Amino acid sequence: MAVLNNIQALTHALDLAMEKHQNVIVYGEDAGYEGGVFRATVGLQQKYGEERCFDAPIAEATLVGTAVGMAINGLKPVVEIQFEGFSYPIIQQLFTHVARMRNRSRGRFTCPMVIRMPMGGGIRALEHHSEAMEAMFAHNPGLKVVIPSTPFDTKGLLLAAVESPDPVLFLEPTKIYRAFKQDIPDEYYTLPIGEGYKVQEGTDVTIVTYGAQVGDCEKAIEHLKGEGKNISVDLIDLRTIQPWDREMVIESVKKTGRLIVVHEAVRSFSVAAEVIATVNEKSFEYLKAPCARVTGYDIIVPFDRGEHFHQPSVQKIVVKIKEVLDYQF
Amino acid sequence: MYFDKFNALKNEKLQIMDNTGKILKPELMPKISDEDILTAYKLMCLSRRQDDFQNKVQRQGRMLSFLSSTGQEAAEVAYAMQIIKGKDWFSPAYRNNAAWLTAGIPMRNIMLYWCGNEMGAKTPEGINVLPVNIPIATQYSHATGLAFAEKYNKTGGVVLTTTGDGGSSEGEFYEAMNFAKLHEVPAIFIVENNQFAISTPRKKATKAINFAVKGIAVGMRNILVDGNDFFAVYGAVQEAIALARKGEGPSLIECETYRIGPHSSADDPKVYRDEDNHQEQIKNDPLIRLKAYLIAKKKWSEQEQTKLDAEQDQFIKDEFAWVEANNNVDLKDIFAYTYEEMPNFLAKQYEEAKAFFEAYPSKGGHH
Ligand SMILES: Cc1ncc(C[n+]2csc(CCOP(=O)(O)OP(=O)(O)O)c2C)c(N)n1
Repeated sequence: MAVLNNIQALTHALDLAMEKHQNVIVYGEDAGYEGGVFRATVGLQQKYGEERCFDAPIAEATLVGTAVGMAINGLKPVVEIQFEGFSYPIIQQLFTHVARMRNRSRGRFTCPMVIRMPMGGGIRALEHHSEAMEAMFAHNPGLKVVIPSTPFDTKGLLLAAVESPDPVLFLEPTKIYRAFKQDIPDEYYTLPIGEGYKVQEGTDVTIVTYGAQVGDCEKAIEHLKGEGKNISVDLIDLRTIQPWDREMVIESVKKTGRLIVVHEAVRSFSVAAEVIATVNEKSFEYLKAPCARVTGYDIIVPFDRGEHFHQPSVQKIVVKIKEVLDYQF
Repeated sequence: MYFDKFNALKNEKLQIMDNTGKILKPELMPKISDEDILTAYKLMCLSRRQDDFQNKVQRQGRMLSFLSSTGQEAAEVAYAMQIIKGKDWFSPAYRNNAAWLTAGIPMRNIMLYWCGNEMGAKTPEGINVLPVNIPIATQYSHATGLAFAEKYNKTGGVVLTTTGDGGSSEGEFYEAMNFAKLHEVPAIFIVENNQFAISTPRKKATKAINFAVKGIAVGMRNILVDGNDFFAVYGAVQEAIALARKGEGPSLIECETYRIGPHSSADDPKVYRDEDNHQEQIKNDPLIRLKAYLIAKKKWSEQEQTKLDAEQDQFIKDEFAWVEANNNVDLKDIFAYTYEEMPNFLAKQYEEAKAFFEAYPSKGGHH
């Protein structure tokens, strides 16, 4: 067992992946010599050489476009994009080729690759460094989208992403990169992409969330306990956004009759919208209150000085839980 | 006069003044008044001192990361002072402090921006400078479009734009220049080659002999200049602007310079930079060079420098005091600019947010 934070868990997982799979190639802007802007790839070039871990020119479209060629030709590229806000140049390759190659070639050619990028806000960053655009990626068929919330999950899901026969977008909440540590096993292990994790079991309300907001939801539940409210929450960490664990969520809502989805991404056309629509389709008759969501507003992510208004805070979650529990038809 | 003489393919570099301030090639001196040279020098000093000040307050947690122009002031001031306010355009990158000051952006705006407040990005009326451009090299396309419009509207303005050495790897760098050349628009494309893209050295960005030759593939006039030599940059830009105004199309100018500081405050260049080379490079500091030139010409003295330093420090402190006193963001502000007319659904979200923050006031700040 080793006590690691999310970044260290990432580096550790990449190391194990490179050791086990000779075809894994790690690259990105500044990802080689210095180990990336957040140091996720630190030490890998020194250990595996410049051919397997290197600095790439600033050309995101080509970073992912070359990954298409590499993947078709037997390699397993693990590409680092410096921030999710700089993923826009890759959209062309991602949506027109990465996501479609299997379908287009009727299975003859495929693009298994991992594209890693820091995501989300709360880090006092500049413009374009705080976006949460998971819904945009998830909306495009052919891609898998993973967002881990703990070092244990980060390691297991990253190794699963490397093994995935389909392309995986691995979105890493920057806010929790170094926020806490966790004991994680030394050995190689994977966690299934598509399965959620029950953070705590409860009977009054289901909260569905992922990434940095898992911690916020836990704090909100603690806060309510501190107020003397005896509220029993079924807290689900989705862990993967596409595919997501529909069964776990529906089963939970059938038990609690209430649903709140929490994420920092903007509200309209979001993961929350998708989860709530699915719950309505599959378990409408169990609902005791309208499904609710705590999300960012439908605005451009504000700069640091205004960001606190936009982010889903513990307080916003607390208020929403009370509202949903107090709801009377 | 410059573009014809220096062949970038042979790595010929325009240099007029050496690093002791001595004029090596008097015949190449651009047309510029002594008064303008002094103004330029003062702006270079101001930007340098602002960078130093911001580094200090950034370490105290009073400012976010910012990208300093330290080491690149000669290039930035030399091109930016040739922008005619209200007529010409500047489409900047994110590392352009000296250029912004020179182009007339108030220092307080720049500081407000790096303090995380969108209001800092609002260019005052009468100045045509686009906001800070974080996504790399995309500003080149904007420059092409601005210049296309100048030509189309026959308004006579020219457009300057700049990117780093790393930025020249983005597709849009080529795409924008190709478009600009095809339409012979009045744009001047500048590469501020400061030798690094974060930690990645220039030699890992390209195998090309220099960045100026990247203009050749699109048929664009190009030149490599010593970017720490104020007169070299001034001259090349002067000629490029004159040609653009005459309808003779765009130019590419590489200013070979050096980033003296870190990429940003999050970065430690000692990890990837060669210390011996660093010591060599800082001998070319553009401020030292122009100062030596001015002192030799008896246009400047150490006494005047001491006085200027004190005045500039006071000015910088006053600007930052204003920023700290005015760095509030209203809830309404984060909603107001998403659309010209706030759609109904968003107005409702705003009302919901307002009710929430009235019930649960937020101190702001950090999580
Ligand atoms: C499209 C895009 N990709 C990545 C980044 C992250 N990034 C910020 S600065 C930088 C290096 C830029 O180097 P260079 O173009 O040489 O300019 P310099 O910072 O040296 O002035 C990178 C990769 C970005 N801002 N935009």
